[in-house]
Amino acid sequence: MKKIVAENIDKWYGQLEVLKKISLSVDAGEVVAVIGPSGSGKSTFLRCLNRLEEIDGGRIEVDGEVLVETGAAGVVYAPDADSRRICRKMGMVFQQFNLFPHLTVLENLIEAPMLVKGLAKEAIIPEAEALLRKVGLFEKRDNYPARLSGGQKQRVAIARALAMKPEIMLFDEPTSALDPELTGEVLRAMRQLAEEHMTMVVVTHEMGFAREVANRVVFMDQGEIVEEGKPAELFSRPQHPRTQAFLNSML
Amino acid sequence: MEYVLSILGPMLEGTVLTLQMFFITIALSLPLGLVLALARISHFSFLSKPVGVYIWLFRGTPLMLQLLFIYFGLPFVPVIGVRLEDFPAAVVAFALNYAAYFAEIFRAGIQSVDRGQYEGAKVLGLSYLQTMRRIILPQVIYRVLPPVSNETITLVKDTSLIYALAMNDLLRTTRGIVQRDFNTTPFIVAAVFYLAMTLVLTWGFQKLEKKYSAYEA
Repeated sequence: MKKIVAENIDKWYGQLEVLKKISLSVDAGEVVAVIGPSGSGKSTFLRCLNRLEEIDGGRIEVDGEVLVETGAAGVVYAPDADSRRICRKMGMVFQQFNLFPHLTVLENLIEAPMLVKGLAKEAIIPEAEALLRKVGLFEKRDNYPARLSGGQKQRVAIARALAMKPEIMLFDEPTSALDPELTGEVLRAMRQLAEEHMTMVVVTHEMGFAREVANRVVFMDQGEIVEEGKPAELFSRPQHPRTQAFLNSML
Repeated sequence: MEYVLSILGPMLEGTVLTLQMFFITIALSLPLGLVLALARISHFSFLSKPVGVYIWLFRGTPLMLQLLFIYFGLPFVPVIGVRLEDFPAAVVAFALNYAAYFAEIFRAGIQSVDRGQYEGAKVLGLSYLQTMRRIILPQVIYRVLPPVSNETITLVKDTSLIYALAMNDLLRTTRGIVQRDFNTTPFIVAAVFYLAMTLVLTWGFQKLEKKYSAYEA
């Protein structure tokens, strides 16, 4: 079953076409790594999937529901309530964590389930604590984010997204803002999630992660999907010269 | 000393009027300022444009002029012309004026919050109002406390402008006593009163800053 179907996604910043009619679909339980040079449009593409950016053409379907489509009248998004409900199926982890600094770690996790799902605090605290144990940060539950290291912050951000029980997880360069020695702990949490068959789309510069954890690797450059395939094939026998050039530059 | 004790009664009465003026103005202008700030940063230009003009008007003309206009001039304005008693007229002038300043302070505070906070809230499904109330504004409060504290202290002293409407606040009462007794000691007593009020405010804002800074590293 397809969890995400994106067709002919077109996106312009003024005169600049940043996404050139690209299409990608993601199966349930699949882990797709999106790689490519900076400015290739990979983050923009990810942000279009959950409507942090709006598209200028194309169609996006999430979990069988249409988020946006383009007809004769132009781009039409689902009505606001539906759009928000559809986008909630996707959790997101950002490069800059975006934790809420005025809330403790535990409060960061329970805020959205309380406000958005209307759940009682007591009902969600056990789940939130279980998630914190899972990412190894239970003992930090009452700390404010400012007291955490980058790697810890990102693990809290992953737990916070999971607290909303998403069907899909989107990762936007989750380790790019981290010191090299802190990326491991975040990648481990992501790998664990992949092993539990979470559907994941990961924009990353971590070639090791893409190679070992992803089921499929997509190489983007200049707003296009240049090449995609199984990691073993794409990394060892890249077909396109731009893919070859990029992979060489990463070594 | 005996003299000072003898003038304390009327001066305390003046202080009560000053404090009433102060607290009512704060209670009105802070929420009004917040609403104006949200309108000012709104994407709807039918909201942001008029508020821009409003802020320009009230920051661009003397508070004294606004006070005099609302008391003496407003009754002659067609359609909205109403005659207000001195106290309500002063409250309206102060509240409208301070709301303009608070609006700019809140606007700066809201815009200083990182865009990522809105995105973090949005991907979790929070609505605009939930995001503002639970995520953005709690962070704004901490950031705007110092400038708000500044304005508040200024307001304590600005209330003395109501002498122009012949209202007996602390300063006008004091001046009356000075003229009656040919003695300038009451000025010093009045200064001590104002200093006491601003001291309490300074101390209160320090407490608030401390409370809201708990989450800073």
